[in-house]
Amino acid sequence: MRAADVPFEKVTAKNFPKGPDSLAPGHRACQGCGEVLALRLLLKSLGTEFIAVSATGCMEVCTGPFPQSAWRMPWIHVAFENAAAVASGVEAATHVLRRKGRGYDQRIPVVAVAGDGGTADIGLQALSGALERYHENFVYVCLDNEAYMNTGIQRSSSTPFGANTTTSPVGSHSKGQYTWKKNMPAIAAAHGVPYVATANPAFHLDLMNKIRRAVAIKGPAYLHVYAPCPTGWRMKPELAIESGKLAVATRIFPLYEVIDGNYVINRKVDNPTPISEYFKIQGRFRHLKEDDISTITNRVNQDYERLVALSERFPV
Amino acid sequence: MGKRIGIEVSLAVSEAVKLANTDVIAAYPITPQTHIVEHLSELVADGSLDAAYIPVESEHSAMSSCIGSSAAGARTFTATSSQGLALMNEMIYIAPILRTPIVLAIANRALSAPINIWNDHSDIMSVRDAGWISLFAENGQEALDLTLLAFRIGEDPAVSLPVNVNLDGFTLSHFIEPIIIPDQQEVDKFLPPYKPSLQLDIKNPISIGLLGGPECYTESRKAADDILEASVPVIKKAFDEFDKVFGRKYQVVETYCIEDAETVIVLMGSIAETAMTTVDELRAEGKKVGLVRIRLWRPFPRTELLAALSKAKNVAVVDRHVVLGSDTSAVGMEIKSLLYGSQLNPKVTNYVLGLGGRDVTREEFRYIFDQAASGEAQVRCEIVGVYE
Repeated sequence: MRAADVPFEKVTAKNFPKGPDSLAPGHRACQGCGEVLALRLLLKSLGTEFIAVSATGCMEVCTGPFPQSAWRMPWIHVAFENAAAVASGVEAATHVLRRKGRGYDQRIPVVAVAGDGGTADIGLQALSGALERYHENFVYVCLDNEAYMNTGIQRSSSTPFGANTTTSPVGSHSKGQYTWKKNMPAIAAAHGVPYVATANPAFHLDLMNKIRRAVAIKGPAYLHVYAPCPTGWRMKPELAIESGKLAVATRIFPLYEVIDGNYVINRKVDNPTPISEYFKIQGRFRHLKEDDISTITNRVNQDYERLVALSERFPV
Repeated sequence: MGKRIGIEVSLAVSEAVKLANTDVIAAYPITPQTHIVEHLSELVADGSLDAAYIPVESEHSAMSSCIGSSAAGARTFTATSSQGLALMNEMIYIAPILRTPIVLAIANRALSAPINIWNDHSDIMSVRDAGWISLFAENGQEALDLTLLAFRIGEDPAVSLPVNVNLDGFTLSHFIEPIIIPDQQEVDKFLPPYKPSLQLDIKNPISIGLLGGPECYTESRKAADDILEASVPVIKKAFDEFDKVFGRKYQVVETYCIEDAETVIVLMGSIAETAMTTVDELRAEGKKVGLVRIRLWRPFPRTELLAALSKAKNVAVVDRHVVLGSDTSAVGMEIKSLLYGSQLNPKVTNYVLGLGGRDVTREEFRYIFDQAASGEAQVRCEIVGVYE
């Protein structure tokens, strides 16, 4: 069966999952955290019949100070750079134990969750290995808040061009981050896995359905999730959803899926909102001048057009 | 009763992993360990071992996958050497605290630099303090037997700790020896299926690997240390039961000719065979020498070593690793620390030999026995056989 045809129960406003959240309340995320909101929605969509693996990072620290844990499904955290490798081991174990008659009589999805540093930087090798090995029940979620927020807002390779962080500071010789954001979904897709998607908690049903599709498809899946961080982005805590909407409307963070190598843009943006609208609510971009914004706009449009071309040339 | 065959020691270790009906193997190639995992991948490929073989992209991921697999309730094995163990280092420290009874075979090899693929013990000494149970094999039979024992000991509910089995790279791993491969029924009798007391389970969800702040980190280390100590009787019992099933009796510390020995060498691993030959020669010359071999390196078998060294006047500790910047090397430190404050007061000297695959000969052991018995005081650990 084509991955695009794999059935799964769609989340809609009418059949929104009921019952307690799979991520319990009372965790210690910052006020207005968009990352923990994304995580909560992802987990709510899955219920509790799966195994979660966390990389070290904001979500791990704020949900699991011993003896408390916010995770209502079996959960393991080992270290920072190896969520994909730990999940590989868990997946292999559940797979083989089932085959040998000592496991569950159903497929158990294994869902690894890491931040952008744990994915695009220090965890890239482990992730690449896991995607290449084609673990059947493996889903990897990158919650991308675009810097090392847990250690205090240091730049990562996923930090966008121009962003002011504590290790890409603005100064007389610096305009902030001087490199372009690493394209993780493209890297994941290059492994030839059946499912890659981007998602955003401002589009919650889309987000929840993407993780459902990811676990339904046999084979590794990669979800790249926009995770607005009011603390690190120097943004008012009530603006996480607003920034998520603007990220899509400005084409900065397009919502799309790569299913069996074929592209679909979930939200076409024919008339993008000016990027300055996205920047002006975030202190990390405050220093950018008009020509910087124009450079960034050109690049963002170029990337978006490439996606459009791919979706036209290789439609789902 | 098993069958005695000529087999390469690495392959015998793989056969033990097969006989243990291991569920998951996550491994990365590195010399001189490679033959172990090569053979395991063959055993999986030809269907004689029903296991998941994860061909990971690094040793760091090998141990990470092993932790995940063990936490998910699978009997788990990997093997490595040298740089591979160094790359695993971060995970090596995590596995015991998460109580994942992984079995790790280490074909011991020198650490870089200079890059060197040959044998010494610098790799295992780099993870000395991590909280694993650590066993040293002298010969091929022992390498196989200790691998079976490692599963039995590590998976005991009272222990639930990872275990490493050390076999000297090349000088042991690549030798073909006559080795008894046990029957499956014997192994099944000795090694019950792995039943973890806690695991990742959707019916009984637990969280493994939570953040431990200043209010509980100390307690977690203390607990790990206590569990290691508590594993000693389990290890001894496993050795006894191994004897009952297979007829081969192991001790945590082996001794040779120590009853009336004035000068005793203490060491670990395969060089014990050369040392025994030297003891035989010196005994024939009327010299009162003996040998103590440590099979259980961690937890350190204090009681047995004190008993073994109770009559010695001179104790010469032989290390295969240099603790750079110290007067004493790793095993030397342990023995000195053990003897200080005990009723015993032998002269203790410390020697390093056989680094990076340098041959270890009877002449060197003769030299060490002579030096240890001489009146000469030793200021620092002596590296033997350095070319001038």
